[in-house]
Amino acid sequence: MGKELSRRRLLGALAASAALAGCGTQGAPGETGQTASQDPNDDTITWANWTLYLDYNRKTRSFPTLEAFEEETGYTVEYREDIDDNVSFNGKVAPQLARGMDIGYDLVTPSDSLIAQWIAKGWAAPLDKANIPNAKNLLPELENVAFDPGRVYSLTYQSGFGGLAWNKERVPNGLRSVDDLWAPELKGKVVVLSEVQDTVGLVMLAQGVDIDKPFTAEQFMNALAVVEEQVDSGQIKQVKGNSYKEDLINEQAWAAIGWSGDIFQINAEEGDKWEFALPDTGGTLWSDNFFIPSTATNKAGAEALINYYYRPEVAAKVAAWVNYMCPVKGAQEILAKTEPALAKSEWIFPTEKLLSQAQVFRDFTPEEEREYTEAFGRVVQA
Amino acid sequence: MSIAAAIGDTLQEEHQPNEPKRKGKWVPYLLMLPGMLWLAIFFVVPIVSLFLTSLQTPVPGGQVGEFQQTFNFANYWDTLSDSTYYIPLFRSFVYSGIATLLALAIGYPLAYAIAFKSGKFRNLLLVLVIAPFFVSFILRTIAWRQILADEGPVVAVLRSVGLVGETAGVYPSAVAVIAGITYNFLPFMTLPIYASLERVDPRLIEASGDLYAKPFTGFRKVTWPLSMPGVVAGTLLTFIPAAGDYVNAALLGRPSNTMIGNRIEYTFLSVNDYPTAAVLSFILMACILTMVLVYIRRVGTEDLV
Repeated sequence: MGKELSRRRLLGALAASAALAGCGTQGAPGETGQTASQDPNDDTITWANWTLYLDYNRKTRSFPTLEAFEEETGYTVEYREDIDDNVSFNGKVAPQLARGMDIGYDLVTPSDSLIAQWIAKGWAAPLDKANIPNAKNLLPELENVAFDPGRVYSLTYQSGFGGLAWNKERVPNGLRSVDDLWAPELKGKVVVLSEVQDTVGLVMLAQGVDIDKPFTAEQFMNALAVVEEQVDSGQIKQVKGNSYKEDLINEQAWAAIGWSGDIFQINAEEGDKWEFALPDTGGTLWSDNFFIPSTATNKAGAEALINYYYRPEVAAKVAAWVNYMCPVKGAQEILAKTEPALAKSEWIFPTEKLLSQAQVFRDFTPEEEREYTEAFGRVVQA
Repeated sequence: MSIAAAIGDTLQEEHQPNEPKRKGKWVPYLLMLPGMLWLAIFFVVPIVSLFLTSLQTPVPGGQVGEFQQTFNFANYWDTLSDSTYYIPLFRSFVYSGIATLLALAIGYPLAYAIAFKSGKFRNLLLVLVIAPFFVSFILRTIAWRQILADEGPVVAVLRSVGLVGETAGVYPSAVAVIAGITYNFLPFMTLPIYASLERVDPRLIEASGDLYAKPFTGFRKVTWPLSMPGVVAGTLLTFIPAAGDYVNAALLGRPSNTMIGNRIEYTFLSVNDYPTAAVLSFILMACILTMVLVYIRRVGTEDLV
């Protein structure tokens, strides 16, 4: 994040606290007209997101859509790339959330599985749809998800695929199946995700287990045993969160279990060197969701921000950069005018055929969550 | 002179016959108050809380991370008998032990050179020893990835002399983790040794020569024993934090190089199994305490300041 930007935001925060000290009263969160909320006490929105997950201008070191939002609304957005994987993010904030203490974020964007847990624990602030009129732009198929029917607490930010990524020079023949990752010539050159659902999920699919339907603990453990074998033999060099892409960029790893959009972004940033595909046995499909924790100090601001990113023209800009699946109606039509090639990308606007090749990992029960996370830890921390 | 003796002397001086006895009676306690309060709030309270956590059990049918206070001492045995915990624990002590010896092997000559041979460059060299602290610990450790990377200078040299195969590398590996720990804790080894050596009277070393001791015998009989306080302090300052370190293993290691710190972190933050993480922390503390006590008893602490 740009230095100047942070400094400006810091000054903004200081000014806000000075104003707070001056008048001594806390302004009530604006209930009317979110864009009009110029209350200096309440104008910072802190958003925890993943890396490479928002349009970024390398030259100015800024996030163009975010800057436009700040200019338009007068809010200051503290944008933090603090989520590396769901379990570790949960571990960091869950103890505070359980006690009802402020976790420092007004808006977070973790994946379905974590949102499901947090809603079950009552840590969600219901979204005030009056502040988010653009929520009507949500794709109909995403309206009634299992963990949040009717979208009371969450709205999709981006969706994407877990699949195979490889360096085209180093792996000229490409990868077609998960088993291709275990080829002798890739020994010590494979990095896999520390996200159980993606890494174990892909192996389960390769073993013919449907991950979107009930499966047995034995089926899970069978897949985990494959990961364990490859970790122990040194075939898998590292097990990483979102930072796996650094290993691809500096060629410490030549092949990976990774996420669709990341690969298109590093291709755009580091030269067209990588390729992404779903394994022939199927990939994983997941979503990350806008979610306001019950402890948020600027709920109205967070809702204004969600509303902004649900404008088709803004969503189109983000989609063009992140290359993940866009959940907003109308973005494709806008992109078709500005960047026709991207509007045709099936990774952003997937075809039925592509969607049929991927499965959504079903939610874990609390017991499974404990058991599987622990078992996965035993493997990745031998 | 030991600290206790020094305090004793001060107290004796205070009890001069013509001085009113009451005056100053509370001074030592008042002086100790901030330190004691600090210890009570930031050490005793957390330790008690951690100990209670280590005895908790999951709420039946509860969410992940929900525990109730029980006194389930079986947690300790369950954790200790689990190889995915005791292997990383053992590995931590092996890694930190090797790193401590390496740091001693590098730090002692370095401190010796600065204390006796550096002349007018002494202050400059001392600044250089602590200069790495001006850069973040994490950044310095990440820099080792570049140094030890497959295309980096170290691997290139090792490959050219045939020590490392064409496809093998150094990062990530146990070697990289130990190198990282050694590097990161080197100043903690060097500075106490330097402080001890710097106080060695050179005339004592000259005297050993006058008494027909060879330079090595002189070092063994005079310099080394006099530098022992620094060596003991240095090894403790290196070994104790290194055994609990998880940054080096996380950044420079493979899954098979996991140390106990990483297991604690994962168990706490990812599995949200707070009791087991607390048990592991207690076991780590107990192991370190035992080792340190045995070490100090063997080396002797009479002259340690």
